[in-house]
Amino acid sequence: MTDVASIQPMGAAKPRRTGAWIMGAAAILFVLFWQYGEPIAEWAFDYPRKMEVPVAKWINIFTKWLLNDASFGLFTFTDLTRFISAVVNVPYQVVLSLLSTGYLSGQGSGAIQIVPPLPWIAVIVVVALMGLYAGGRRLALVVSLCFIFIAVFGQWTSAMVTLASILVAVPIGVVGGLLLGIGAYRWRWLERALIPVLDLMQTIPVFAYLVPILFMFGFGAIAAVVATLIYAMPPMTRVTILALRRVPPEVKDLGQMIGCSQRQMTWRVLVPSAKESLLVGMNQVIMLSLNMVIIASMIGAGGLGFDVLAALRRLDFGAGLEAGFAIVALAIALDRLSQAFANRQARPLVHEPRGFVANHPYLLAALVFVVIAGVAGLFVPAVQTYPDALTISTGTFMSRVVEWINVNFFDTLEAIKNTLLLNVLIPFKRLLLGFPWIGVVAVLAAAGWVLRGPGLALLVAALSFLVAATGQWEKAMITTYLCGISVLFATLLGTPIGILAAEKERLWRVVQAAIDTLQTLPSFVYLMPAVMLFRVGDFTAMIAVVAYSIVPAIRYTVLGIRRVDPRLIEAGKAMGCTEWQILTRIKLKLALPEIMLGLNQTIMFALSMLVITALVGTRDLGQEVYIALTKADPGRGLVAGLAVAFIAIISDRLISAGAARARSRLGLSEEGQ
Amino acid sequence: MTAFEFRKRAIAASFAVSAIAMMAGSFSATAQESTDPIKLTLHDWTGQLITTQIMGEVLQKAGYNVEYVQADYLAQFAGLETGDLDVAMEMWETTGREAMDAATATGKVENFGPTGMKAKEEWWYPEYMKEKCPGLPNWEALKDEACAEAFSTAETAPKGRYLGGPVTWGGFDDERVEALDLPFEVIHAGTDAALFAELESAYQRKAPIMLWIYAPHWAPAKYKGEWVEFPEYTPECYGDPSWGSNPDMAYDCGKPFGEIWKVGWAGVKDKWPGAYEAIKAFTINNDEMGAMITEVDLDGKTVEEGTAEWMDANQDRWMGWIGK
Repeated sequence: MTDVASIQPMGAAKPRRTGAWIMGAAAILFVLFWQYGEPIAEWAFDYPRKMEVPVAKWINIFTKWLLNDASFGLFTFTDLTRFISAVVNVPYQVVLSLLSTGYLSGQGSGAIQIVPPLPWIAVIVVVALMGLYAGGRRLALVVSLCFIFIAVFGQWTSAMVTLASILVAVPIGVVGGLLLGIGAYRWRWLERALIPVLDLMQTIPVFAYLVPILFMFGFGAIAAVVATLIYAMPPMTRVTILALRRVPPEVKDLGQMIGCSQRQMTWRVLVPSAKESLLVGMNQVIMLSLNMVIIASMIGAGGLGFDVLAALRRLDFGAGLEAGFAIVALAIALDRLSQAFANRQARPLVHEPRGFVANHPYLLAALVFVVIAGVAGLFVPAVQTYPDALTISTGTFMSRVVEWINVNFFDTLEAIKNTLLLNVLIPFKRLLLGFPWIGVVAVLAAAGWVLRGPGLALLVAALSFLVAATGQWEKAMITTYLCGISVLFATLLGTPIGILAAEKERLWRVVQAAIDTLQTLPSFVYLMPAVMLFRVGDFTAMIAVVAYSIVPAIRYTVLGIRRVDPRLIEAGKAMGCTEWQILTRIKLKLALPEIMLGLNQTIMFALSMLVITALVGTRDLGQEVYIALTKADPGRGLVAGLAVAFIAIISDRLISAGAARARSRLGLSEEGQ
Repeated sequence: MTAFEFRKRAIAASFAVSAIAMMAGSFSATAQESTDPIKLTLHDWTGQLITTQIMGEVLQKAGYNVEYVQADYLAQFAGLETGDLDVAMEMWETTGREAMDAATATGKVENFGPTGMKAKEEWWYPEYMKEKCPGLPNWEALKDEACAEAFSTAETAPKGRYLGGPVTWGGFDDERVEALDLPFEVIHAGTDAALFAELESAYQRKAPIMLWIYAPHWAPAKYKGEWVEFPEYTPECYGDPSWGSNPDMAYDCGKPFGEIWKVGWAGVKDKWPGAYEAIKAFTINNDEMGAMITEVDLDGKTVEEGTAEWMDANQDRWMGWIGK
């Protein structure tokens, strides 16, 4: 989320001191106004309803026009989107037939299968060969185990449907993100226009724009792919811009010297030398696409997401967990494979003309095996589809575990919950709701001014004012409270875990597996057991948010500490520092910029969980978005969604500015992310 | 990148195959009606899966082409308006009314009439709570403070805690509590799943709970308990404040029984006239449905087995729907 372009170096001691003065004065004024201002200026506490800007209505009028009347002369806007939908549908149908349905003649129940889909054994062998090619025997083992896990737990059919939509969404997301990124790299104005759009794409909850998407692209897997792309593509674009900027100037000079045209410069010089970073972007697209599996299943994509929802609806925790872990297994396999391809590119390419067979041994092996398995599958059903008799299931085991905890420990858990709720959560909520909106706007502006300058002050003031002016203030404050408290807990838990894991390689491996799982396991899977143990309400929502947003808190702490220059630590040791001093005075201090970036990401992750928390009965912006969806009111949903995005942008800009300041104070070089 | 190359080649090959397949394709359905599949939506609860499966089977018996699409209960209206989806078999008066009215107002969605099932929705408590609150199921027992306190938690004490449905379901419970002057606090669950997770939790511990339960559903079959008996619903009760025990407020009564409607794309009538008649003719009652839901959710039958049994036992009925 960091604004890659506009990090300015801060001045030395003097402005910092005035900064402290401004902040202090703003804080005192704020407290005075908050305590004594209400009788004088009630409008500053509750935004007057008459002054609200009816943005929701405008959006509704606009969407109605766009969907019904907008026309380019020869064809309408809806024709255009339906055409796009039809184009995307072609590769989707191909992949789906290959993995799941087989080649059908006709549609629906009248369809006849002409060619069966790839046998499960063939799929496993193909991914294993890909693993072997990209990363060696170990990787081949890991990815094939992931797919075997899916087959053994009886999730194969659904998993292949999910995999099909991921395999369509990811290439489009990668290519689209890459092109946008290259465009933004080449034309400064495009980058200026693109950055806020990317912010909005990543932070507006999907439910807010789901209804218009369904009208534009039709109900079904393609609309789900589009929604997935909106959410998963931005990191690719960001990474592309960053990666192209980081291409060493010598490489560019070389390109110019040998007389590359602009096109050659881009595709032959810049993109190949930035390949490693670009594959990191691809990895992000894969992970985020898998995050969308649940929501995609609500609009016709089916697959594992649907299984998770249906299992939890009948409180079958075991089945929910199995489908959830199948998603994790897919994520691990795709993630490790894409990472291996990323590392492989670093090796020098040797091109020897040895003939097709010698050059492509893996491809040939895969093709040969697919054909053999395909033919064998026609005669031996067990080769074609994994036999039902061999599947295993945890059955009612998980439900019984939850029951056991529930019966034996509910009272203890309830006591802990009530203590936290009554002493921390509720007072904090009341505090935030009591603040005058105008005071909050002013304090945010002051912070923006101090951290960077008048531009930032204006931005945060305008965004926070808009939240009030569209009548979202109270819900926005509940959102801030819920996310704020969750981020606090996530940081309090995540940072120490990160510090420990950064030192010990073996612990880090365990922690890494755990946070990868937390990031891809649909939160619904653990949300319903949490409801059983903690009832519906803010506390349960908080658990879900913490479980998800702790991931970046840990990851960035580890990253930051590992990046600390070992010479500085040596110097500290030589000067006789204790372990504790080395940790607090050197490591944590120098890792501060990364830890702050981690905080930034923790907030983003927390905000992206809002839609889920609405499902356990919170009364925040997430619920507003959800209500708007159920009432098919796109205006209302988008206004609430924009308020979420504004909260995200405000916190992102302030924290990035803070991190930049911290970096310049520590004399570290500017490194973007 | 072998993976991509492999896929490219596979795609090229498969195109050829499917193109030939398409040309050779043949269809069997009633003449003059469209051979396109009729798309029925599936939601995430068993009763709806059964209703839809029965309708789909019947249509197939009549020679129609059918396709099932998994869709969200409310998001599906976007698809029904554009004709991307054709039929939704269960739209509950009580939870889907607003979305349904908004959709039918566009003229692109049509109400295909009642399914014959009636949604029962009311405050519900497990049987063991009767000991602590002997006056139940009469609602006036809830006015007793000791009784309300038996239903309380730390957050709501001394008031009782009533777990209502998600806010999107409506139901006027906040108004009901005020109108009937009940010492209860209404907490809204976010989803259906959360509602039953709380019930399961309380039931395992024999702990107090009062919540919104609806039927047809597996819960009343699995858990022993009763619905609170409020003054019976009449339209006047909701519309006219002077009606009922509280002269100044409406909603001083129980919840209405709601129809469960069939809705669909308005174009179904012209595209598949025979199917349209069959869908309109479809009816089933609460008891049949309740029994099937219980068999599937609690006795481990599959939806397909459950519907197949029903089809065998009720051949005359569904033959009538398709005019045979």
